[in-house]
Amino acid sequence: MSDVETAPLLQINNIEVIYDHVILVLKGVSLDVPEGGIVALLGANGAGKTTTMKAISNLLKAERGDVTKGSILFRGEEVHNLSPDVLVKRGVVQVMEGRHCFEHLTVEENLLTGAYTRKEGGRKINQDLEMVYSYFPRLRERRSSLAGYVSGGEQQMVAIGRALMAQPSLILLDEPSMGLAPQLVEEIFGIVSKLNKERNVSFLVAEQNAAVALRYADAGYILENGRVVMEGDAKSLSENEDVKEFYLGVGSGDRVSFRDTKHYRRRKRWLA
Amino acid sequence: MAFFLEVLTGGLLTGVLYSLVALGFVLIFKASGVFNFAQGAMVLFAALFFVGFIDLGVPVVLSAILTIAVMILLAYLIERLVLSHLVNQEAISLFMATIGISYFLDGFGQTIWGSDIRRLDIGLPQDAFVFGASVLGDDIFVNELDVVAAVVAGALVAVLAVFFSKTKIGRALRAVADDHQAAMSVGIPLRSIWMIVWAVAGIVGLVAGIMWGAKLGVQFSLSLVALKALPVLILGGFTSVPGAIVGGLMIGAGEKLAEVYLGPVIGGAIEDWFAYMLAMIFLLFRPQGLFGEKIIERI
Repeated sequence: MSDVETAPLLQINNIEVIYDHVILVLKGVSLDVPEGGIVALLGANGAGKTTTMKAISNLLKAERGDVTKGSILFRGEEVHNLSPDVLVKRGVVQVMEGRHCFEHLTVEENLLTGAYTRKEGGRKINQDLEMVYSYFPRLRERRSSLAGYVSGGEQQMVAIGRALMAQPSLILLDEPSMGLAPQLVEEIFGIVSKLNKERNVSFLVAEQNAAVALRYADAGYILENGRVVMEGDAKSLSENEDVKEFYLGVGSGDRVSFRDTKHYRRRKRWLA
Repeated sequence: MAFFLEVLTGGLLTGVLYSLVALGFVLIFKASGVFNFAQGAMVLFAALFFVGFIDLGVPVVLSAILTIAVMILLAYLIERLVLSHLVNQEAISLFMATIGISYFLDGFGQTIWGSDIRRLDIGLPQDAFVFGASVLGDDIFVNELDVVAAVVAGALVAVLAVFFSKTKIGRALRAVADDHQAAMSVGIPLRSIWMIVWAVAGIVGLVAGIMWGAKLGVQFSLSLVALKALPVLILGGFTSVPGAIVGGLMIGAGEKLAEVYLGPVIGGAIEDWFAYMLAMIFLLFRPQGLFGEKIIERI
């Protein structure tokens, strides 16, 4: 984008994703995540957010999807043919939508599975376990409970903590707000930005809740029907009239009566 | 009373052998959701190699090690040539593939080692010994081999329990069993995990094969022992290691007691169908088995 001098940590160029050889889901998505940044990927259900995330982490093949065009560069190297575990070793970890904790493992065991790719001894890993507990003190209290029995918010914390155990430089965080109370959503995003500042972890966050995401992100991309329709830094996006109306749920300022809204639907300018 | 106890002990000890076979099924089913029809064939395959090496004059311990190596290689090949091409296919396709594997193993093992019944004599005791004489005032005869089998099975289960709960790979295996995708997302390589679990099942198969082989001789019918493992699994639950053990004991004891006590009343040969009838009753009333996975569902 604007500053060309530093190559972005993650760079996606015009990728196309096809499921089952026929269903075209992404029709040319490009985005950058700068080193140390938080980038929001916004869009409605079915816009292609999760597909983009899985294209990066290479979990697509498990769902019979494939990246057919374009390139995905991490630290300047093509990564789209690497298996997920190699990618984790290089520092890219995905936290999947819907948390996906290992329900029959305890909270602590869940966190330890995150360190599977690491070769260091137990001491280093225990240090990181303590680090995760310091960011998520609640998990320390629940460390020996089965992950299937802890609350949704705690599961989200387990999922993020588990990703942290791999010592990632980029976390792909898919829909962290799903099914959580607004207060918890704030708490999770608060920790994300703390991790970003203190541990220099970059984030690509896919979110439907554009308001929260744009508040914590530096930059954002809006995805519709498998295409990026708008991009920019978080501030300019959240001030954009179209984004306000279609994604942030605030109108042009005046209150409109329900009858008017039924008949009046402003066209998105980017479709014109 | 002493007679009852004798029948019961005999049954329980046979049950241990069923458990050993069932254990192999459980391991693979837990980690990959594949119902491995070839487990019985793997028991035969392992036993054939083991007894084959011994007949060639290889010492017992070395034969065991060589056979373990063969089973690991087999696991690698199965993963490479079969499973890796079927990732994310329907469970039924994978099941069909394991039927294919089972025919292949039956045939291949016998092509190499011949189809004669081979005696497996590695010094395991074959005699009955007297047990508990003073306690009950009457003698109980127990087959020594069965006792050895029970001890071995117990040790194997203990080792597996520690492996699953304490080691990094064991934890990863359980993680994969819980959620394939999430396991991939944290960097657990599914393919090597599957290879490991097939190798472990192969080694469990070898232990089962040695025990059964010492009892019945190494022959084709060993692979049919696996059919007896099915009711064991239904009783114990497909996903539970303790379930496989308890299920095996129940089937073993149940069929012996039924044969002895019900046999005279309703006619003999109960032993052959008792296990399946018991399994059917379980399917009607408790389809997940005694220890089947408790499905955790948050509301």
